[in-house]
Amino acid sequence: MAPNIGSKVILDRSGLDRLIADLRGRGYRVIGPVLADSAVIYDEIQSAADLPAGCRDDSEAGTYRLDQTGEPWLFGYTLGVQGWKRHLYPPRQRLFRAERGERGFRLLDDQEVEAPLALLGVRACELAAIQVLDGVFDHEGFTEPGYLRRRQNAFIVAVECGHAAATCFCASADTGPAVGQGYDLRLNEIAGQGNWLFVAEAGSEKGLAVLAELPSRPASPDQIAAAAAQPQQAASQQSRQLKDDAARVLAVSTESPYWDKVAERCLTCGNCTMVCPTCFCTSVEDVTDLAGDIAERWRRWDSCFTLDYSYIHGGNVRSKAASRYRQWITHKLATWHHQFGRSGCVGCGRCIAWCPVGIDITAEVRALADAERGR
Amino acid sequence: MIALPADPMLPRLFDVLKVKRELADTFTLELKSDGGGFGFQAGQFNMLYAFGAGEVPISISGDPGKPGTLVHTIRAVGAVTEAMGRLKPGDTLGVRGPYGTPWPVEQAFGDDLVIVAGGVGLAPLRPAIYQALANREKFGRVSILYGARSPEDILFRKELEQWRGRFDLEVLVTVDRVSGNWGGNVGVVTKLVAKAGFDPMDTTAFVCGPEVMMRFAVDSLEKRGVSTDKIHVSMERNMKCGLGVCGHCQWGPHFVCRDGPVFHFDEIAGLFSVREL
Repeated sequence: MAPNIGSKVILDRSGLDRLIADLRGRGYRVIGPVLADSAVIYDEIQSAADLPAGCRDDSEAGTYRLDQTGEPWLFGYTLGVQGWKRHLYPPRQRLFRAERGERGFRLLDDQEVEAPLALLGVRACELAAIQVLDGVFDHEGFTEPGYLRRRQNAFIVAVECGHAAATCFCASADTGPAVGQGYDLRLNEIAGQGNWLFVAEAGSEKGLAVLAELPSRPASPDQIAAAAAQPQQAASQQSRQLKDDAARVLAVSTESPYWDKVAERCLTCGNCTMVCPTCFCTSVEDVTDLAGDIAERWRRWDSCFTLDYSYIHGGNVRSKAASRYRQWITHKLATWHHQFGRSGCVGCGRCIAWCPVGIDITAEVRALADAERGR
Repeated sequence: MIALPADPMLPRLFDVLKVKRELADTFTLELKSDGGGFGFQAGQFNMLYAFGAGEVPISISGDPGKPGTLVHTIRAVGAVTEAMGRLKPGDTLGVRGPYGTPWPVEQAFGDDLVIVAGGVGLAPLRPAIYQALANREKFGRVSILYGARSPEDILFRKELEQWRGRFDLEVLVTVDRVSGNWGGNVGVVTKLVAKAGFDPMDTTAFVCGPEVMMRFAVDSLEKRGVSTDKIHVSMERNMKCGLGVCGHCQWGPHFVCRDGPVFHFDEIAGLFSVREL
């Protein structure tokens, strides 16, 4: 029997291989979790053999370790180091090339054609992050065509979390761990007692067309219940919480003396912005060939933690670390609401794990609230 | 699937028609595109791209009533603006825009109009002056208060002198430092606010210059009794896109490129006094 949208079926290991092969056959570049430099990152995969079998990440403030459990899980880790933004809005993008002429210059029309992306292993918080980026790159008459093209053409395979890292706080950010809307396929990986399989469900016509081609069988009530229990378990494991009134706390903390306390620890390295799945700031770079006849403009990710970011003739607007940390967290949790109608934080906790000094966004909001009450 | 729009990061190419040296470090470019005119509103800016050097936000300094040519007045302060200073007639410049909010000239109809400019801040205000003069009968008194570092730094000097010769316009100029045989005002531009002949109860003010100068100018306008809901300032921030997506120009909740550069003072009064925001 062919599955319907929303109906749950079982895929086994060969089904997952078929899924990846089928997506590749349809012309997708399949991006999934892979092991690199003792970490899970999202990169191109050829088959399920590329997935990080048995890996579990152990994150704390300022800490990330990857353990090999020897268990059969392919999606036993929680998150890749960087989100899917890396593929939907790459760190370096060429804007144009231009060629000098006898007089003046002209633009060269030679943009490369990119294969559509299939994203395998998108977590609930990451799907929320993609939806946050949708709001950034398509708002108030502005559209970013490169992002929108990749986004519209992308095939999203969400994999629900059955386990939370210590840095996770998606439950309090209201983005997970259950995967809501916006996926083409949703998988739950079930392992144990000699079983190892996926409960799969299509969330779109596009997803259904792919799922219908795969060898599957209907899921049993027990298997459906086991899948449904996974996000509940991941939620119950979360001890970190983002305060509900974070936006209000930031709004009244502009002149808080507490910023200097954060600045005593913040190295302004920009790691938090590089791993944040919603940070969207970019800069531009201009290069020419040696003869100076061909010029290129590149857009690259930038960070509000750099001095250069706020440079105008006469100086840098935000010269102090305190001002730059204030800008980052205020934008993420407060002014994002003014700009895009929601918070910019999805609760993935990457900024906590990858901060070299372990600055914790959830703890800083609490400390600001305490400082505000104490004033 | 929705049809995707053209990439807003791609510039339109304009030919340089004329280059005019204004001051030792400041010049005006007159540009023309192959594809017709360039409509804009006074106070808006463009992202200007010099081949291989880079792109910078520059306000439009020409007459919005004459969209046939595009005019930019640029101070050379970095690698990109210096490359623009080397352009000659026939060279090409990339243009994206116009971007940003305009001076609300028409909303000021019926009021006295006070224009307070410091240094190269006169350039973004010149289109508003042109527009006000084209509609002179719709205003009460019109005053232009301009401050420059020294007599040699007075931008658009000939035009200021012509405007000062009109019977329906008050033009007051001051310099920070005297040199040569200067016999005019000395001191900061805010002192002119006390001297100018306008009725504070019915005055709209446009202010553009260094941030510290704008802060003092707004203070002195308020002291004379001008209501803050009729004061407008033009802000400068680092900008890489002009579209509200590179993030650099954020100022509190605002993208200066999109929500500004011209702000109603009332909406930003709370931000104006915060250091390093």
